[in-house]
Amino acid sequence: MFLLSICLGSVNFSLSEVLQTLLGHGDADAVHRQIILDFRLPQVLTALLSGAALGTAGLLMQTVFRNPLADPFVLGVNSGASLGVAVVLLALGPIGLSLTDGLAGSGQMLLILASSGGAAVTLFIVLLLSRRVDIMSVLIIGLMISYTIGALVSILMFFSMAERLQSFINWSFGDYGNVSWSQMRYFAPAILGGIALSSLFMKPLDALLLGDRYAESVGTRTKQVRFFVLLGASLLAGTVTGFCGPIGFLGIAAPHLSRYLFQTNNHKVLIPASILVGAFLSVSADFVARGPGLDVVLPLNAITALIGAPVIIVALVKQGKMKRLF
Amino acid sequence: MGAQVKIKAKQLSIGYQHSAGETIVASGLDCSLRGGEFVCLLGPNGTGKSTLIRTLAGMQKPLAGELRLSGKAMSDIAPRERARAVSVVLTETMSSGMMDAYSLVSLGRHPYSGWFGGLTAQDCERIEWSIDAVGAKPLANRQVSELSDGERQKISIARALAQEAKLMLLDEPTAFLDLPRRVELMSILRDLAHRENLALLLSTHDLDLALRFADRLWLMTPGGDLLQGAPEALALNGQFAEVFASENLDWDASSGSFRTHPVACLKVRLEGEGIERAWTQRALERLGFGISEDDGEAAFSLKVNKDAWEVERFGLIQNFKDIESLIEWIRSVDWRE
Repeated sequence: MFLLSICLGSVNFSLSEVLQTLLGHGDADAVHRQIILDFRLPQVLTALLSGAALGTAGLLMQTVFRNPLADPFVLGVNSGASLGVAVVLLALGPIGLSLTDGLAGSGQMLLILASSGGAAVTLFIVLLLSRRVDIMSVLIIGLMISYTIGALVSILMFFSMAERLQSFINWSFGDYGNVSWSQMRYFAPAILGGIALSSLFMKPLDALLLGDRYAESVGTRTKQVRFFVLLGASLLAGTVTGFCGPIGFLGIAAPHLSRYLFQTNNHKVLIPASILVGAFLSVSADFVARGPGLDVVLPLNAITALIGAPVIIVALVKQGKMKRLF
Repeated sequence: MGAQVKIKAKQLSIGYQHSAGETIVASGLDCSLRGGEFVCLLGPNGTGKSTLIRTLAGMQKPLAGELRLSGKAMSDIAPRERARAVSVVLTETMSSGMMDAYSLVSLGRHPYSGWFGGLTAQDCERIEWSIDAVGAKPLANRQVSELSDGERQKISIARALAQEAKLMLLDEPTAFLDLPRRVELMSILRDLAHRENLALLLSTHDLDLALRFADRLWLMTPGGDLLQGAPEALALNGQFAEVFASENLDWDASSGSFRTHPVACLKVRLEGEGIERAWTQRALERLGFGISEDDGEAAFSLKVNKDAWEVERFGLIQNFKDIESLIEWIRSVDWRE
């Protein structure tokens, strides 16, 4: 899928041409080289990393909130990250920052920090409130926080300049094409770091499946674990949202598909599985969105919804016992 | 010296702390558990059995008093170390979702395994031993969500056993189980306590089974006291009756069971022997008759032979071939006249 996605697009390449270019001894012409190395490759790599990140973040949230519907979107993390990005793009924009112009290093860090920070703040507010209510209410609280933040973002947009607005709206459609090689230097380590951080907690995550009291009875420090896991999830979801826009459905679809494929709730299996499934879905969605052979590029979010929603429905119907998952 | 004391509480107050103050459920509790001892915790609803169990497990802070686990203050013990010393089976069901029984039991090894939870040969041995100890070998590869209540309870206990803790606390593990399953579970647990030298505390509403199986009983009274002693001692000194007796329930010390108060005051003179007589008496008591030795006050007299029930009423004799038709007859007569 990875290679296919590099080969096909508005300009099509043969597999051997791509492989040779990637391996660095191709004799393809300069334009083709540039398309492959500077546009296709970073975009597909971004899709791959984003999918892995969102799949992992979704899994972490589902376990921590013990809720099969938890994902970055439902819990308001996307909105939190949007607010961070909106503040950077719309409010700070006048000082000369913009996503498309290619930010300087400090600007990139600022963007990651703003969107991850926005994501983290939202996530911890939801977590704090979720201790007082039941599982269904957590989802409603997440949605309400999303709306509230959405409103704040609208107000920011209302006071913004038209061209800033356009770049924010484009951002909100979701696009993997925004990450250039220079930005990849920040994007990739942030995501790999987030995944590594989450992977450290595979064992206590398994214990959390039993419920807090049982988890504590086998020696798990639940508060500490929850804090670090949500930190990882915020970093992952926040970074992706910051660079590529709020991308829906991958976060919920990847863990469910993984559970369905492997029939287990064991995180030693589910974390790698969600990474792979998330990456696969993401690259596929990006591939479809670029409409190979066509001259249009569809909004990525439309495609992830079209792929993700049926996947969730099928996985749930086949399992037939979503309630018993947690 | 007797077996080693695993946990000891002195002047313990249990309850809940909240922003407005604290709710004390019971206070001034002195108790201890020794290795090799199977103790049943009894008490009417709402007397704080679960609160006591959670406090002893270190999952809830005591409001006052001293709690020592193997001689060390509970509050000084790190979670991992505590998990090696105490295991629990709680009333809340383990929401395990998609997990097979073996994986669930293996979570009990968390206090011993490394950062990523890899299992050593020794871990696997203990897991298999635990599953075997509760007689759940055939369940090991089944999904937990497909198990029956009784099977799931066995797996929960196996998970606690896998923790290799010398103190095990179980909160109503026999609820939702049918009688044979309850008896089976109680005898498994008692044998484990004796054989493995575990200190095992189990709360239950099953007075009858507790009386038959426990080495000692802890009785929580509605007043917040904790009475302790051998089951027989508590039955003989009347404390059992005191805690559980209510307006329409009597503790019958001679049979070791509860009886509802007779509704009617009609008496029957009953003659006969053996198992038939015993069950006939139960039927009469259930239908609201007392048993009398005296002819004069009896509404009728009943002679129980091997396969015949002979009723004499107003000088007339009626014969019944089985107890079913006798009961039918008693229910068909209007006894108020």
